[in-house]
Amino acid sequence: MASDRIFGLVMALLALAYIASAVQIQTSFLSDPVGPKAFPILIGVVAAISSIFMVLRPDEDPEWPAMKTLGALAVSVLVLVAYAYALKPLGFLLPTALAAGVLSYQISPRPKAAVLSGAGLSAGLFVIFKYALGLGLVALPAALAG
Amino acid sequence: MEILDNLALGFSIAASPYTLMLAVIGCFLGTIIGALPGLGPSNGVAILIPITFTLGLDATSALVLMTSVYYGAMYGGRISSILLNIPGDEPALMTTLDGYPMAKAGRAGDALVLSGVASFVGAFLATIGLMLLAPMLARVAYVFGPAEYFALYLLAFCTLGGMASNNQAKAALASCLGLGIAMIGVDNTSGLPRLTGGNLHLYDGIDFLVAIVGLFAVAEVFFFIESHGKGSAVGVKLEKVTVPWKDIWDTRWTMLRSSGVGFIAGILPGAGASLGSFMAYMTEKSIAGEKGGFGTGVPKGIAAPEAGNNASAGGALIPMLTLGVPGSGTTAVLLALLMTLNITPGPTLFTERPEVVWGLIASLLIANFVLLAMNVPMVKVFVRVLQVPPAILLPGVTMISFVGIYSLSGSYFDLLLMIGFGVLGYVLRKLDIPTVPVILGILLGGNMEDALRRAMVLSDGEASYLFSSPIAIGLWVAAITGFVAPMFMRKLLKKPQRVTD
Repeated sequence: MASDRIFGLVMALLALAYIASAVQIQTSFLSDPVGPKAFPILIGVVAAISSIFMVLRPDEDPEWPAMKTLGALAVSVLVLVAYAYALKPLGFLLPTALAAGVLSYQISPRPKAAVLSGAGLSAGLFVIFKYALGLGLVALPAALAG
Repeated sequence: MEILDNLALGFSIAASPYTLMLAVIGCFLGTIIGALPGLGPSNGVAILIPITFTLGLDATSALVLMTSVYYGAMYGGRISSILLNIPGDEPALMTTLDGYPMAKAGRAGDALVLSGVASFVGAFLATIGLMLLAPMLARVAYVFGPAEYFALYLLAFCTLGGMASNNQAKAALASCLGLGIAMIGVDNTSGLPRLTGGNLHLYDGIDFLVAIVGLFAVAEVFFFIESHGKGSAVGVKLEKVTVPWKDIWDTRWTMLRSSGVGFIAGILPGAGASLGSFMAYMTEKSIAGEKGGFGTGVPKGIAAPEAGNNASAGGALIPMLTLGVPGSGTTAVLLALLMTLNITPGPTLFTERPEVVWGLIASLLIANFVLLAMNVPMVKVFVRVLQVPPAILLPGVTMISFVGIYSLSGSYFDLLLMIGFGVLGYVLRKLDIPTVPVILGILLGGNMEDALRRAMVLSDGEASYLFSSPIAIGLWVAAITGFVAPMFMRKLLKKPQRVTD
């Protein structure tokens, strides 16, 4: 019950914000009868109505994971974000081995297997991408490769 | 015989050694993708699109490769349904009902071969149907103006929301979410940026591939982290594989009927393969009656959903190719592929790019035979694949997604967006909000708005123009019925649950 109400409320507020920013879209004087504002506003209105429905008539709550699992999920998201930033400056091999290892550990908590699958995936995927598919990947950070 | 000429054109393209090789690779990859629990046709095809695009294949080759993967994944889904009682993808859920009991009774090999043959019959008949029906529908689609297209897009959202979800408000919200995201970026007509919040990265809009990979592939990884890779995996050993000729012959009518049912379900916008296999199973169950023993591991219970599932995969290509409106999550992903390759689906595709359409149809026919050959004698190879632990598979999927998206634009911003869509996909699926309408909204939002605006230019702002032709009125009525009617039929269409030990 509560989950749907909270999500509906958040989405309703987002829809209102969306409508508000749609109203402020610049129009050029060369515009067609509909213009660039009408359709986004329409979408915002339908979204707001459906969100309010969710608040008023919520479904049963899903089974949310325990705090520990939520923590694991948060760690994974952070690792992925860090990976996104690291991919360009640090090359493919090191960040991939780390990120894949951490994800592997989160799915099945065996440290040795996780290290192995991280290293294996990093090396294996690099070979496939670079040599079999010919994608231009950089292996190591520019500083190390000299 | 126009069709034969066209088919000859198609085979002249598809039968080249290079294209054949791509079809074989695609079928092999697809079957693996379908068989692995956690990877299905939609996220499997989704993570491969950016990579195919970066490889620089021409349109026909890329299309042949990806549709072989699509058909292959549809075949492969049955393997883990039967052996592990885990559907490899959503449409294969119905196959667990009889497939797993049959495998437990020591007939795993028979179940796999029978379902492989049923898949072949369904997919083959549907490809023939596609060949006959698609050019006809393409001719009808020529009379579609902007008003009809607007109504058609609406129909796709309404039926998708109505039939494929449990809660109308949630489906509508999901569609709006997608449409709203599609509006971000520079407006085509006025050339001015909209809803970007001043962020320069957003001026080009949000790439639909980023959203698809995030919502389908990255979200799946989060689900595996939540469950720690523990499914209710109860494995069954596969002994010798022989061909159960008697079962195949006994289920011939079941396969034909289910192919018909699945094909029709596939053509309907928003229905897709899950509904196809469900309807086929339920039809056969009611024909067989109480004595049929459905749910205890009877051959008909395996043949029906597999023929239906694969027939609807073929049927779903019809609205996607002729009208540009996908009927399911996977065809939405295939539409994304076409758009990436700069092919605009629709009636003009059949006249202007016949080599693409008929090359595709010919390669589907070829792919079918390749898949039959792979899935019957070589099924043991794919069974091995099931033993890859999720702790290796899912990180691998994530890394492939990252490299794919990164090689598209080389920007970390797209990667961050992709992670964001992954989190969104996780939350949406937790709350039982369907993610396919989100994808459809992002894909079709721009076209839908264009149709509306062109219609209003034609009529000089007169809104009644939207309902001015019989086709448009018919589509509006169908859209409203498709959205409202399932509210009253929910009890009838309740999906049966998986068998649990």
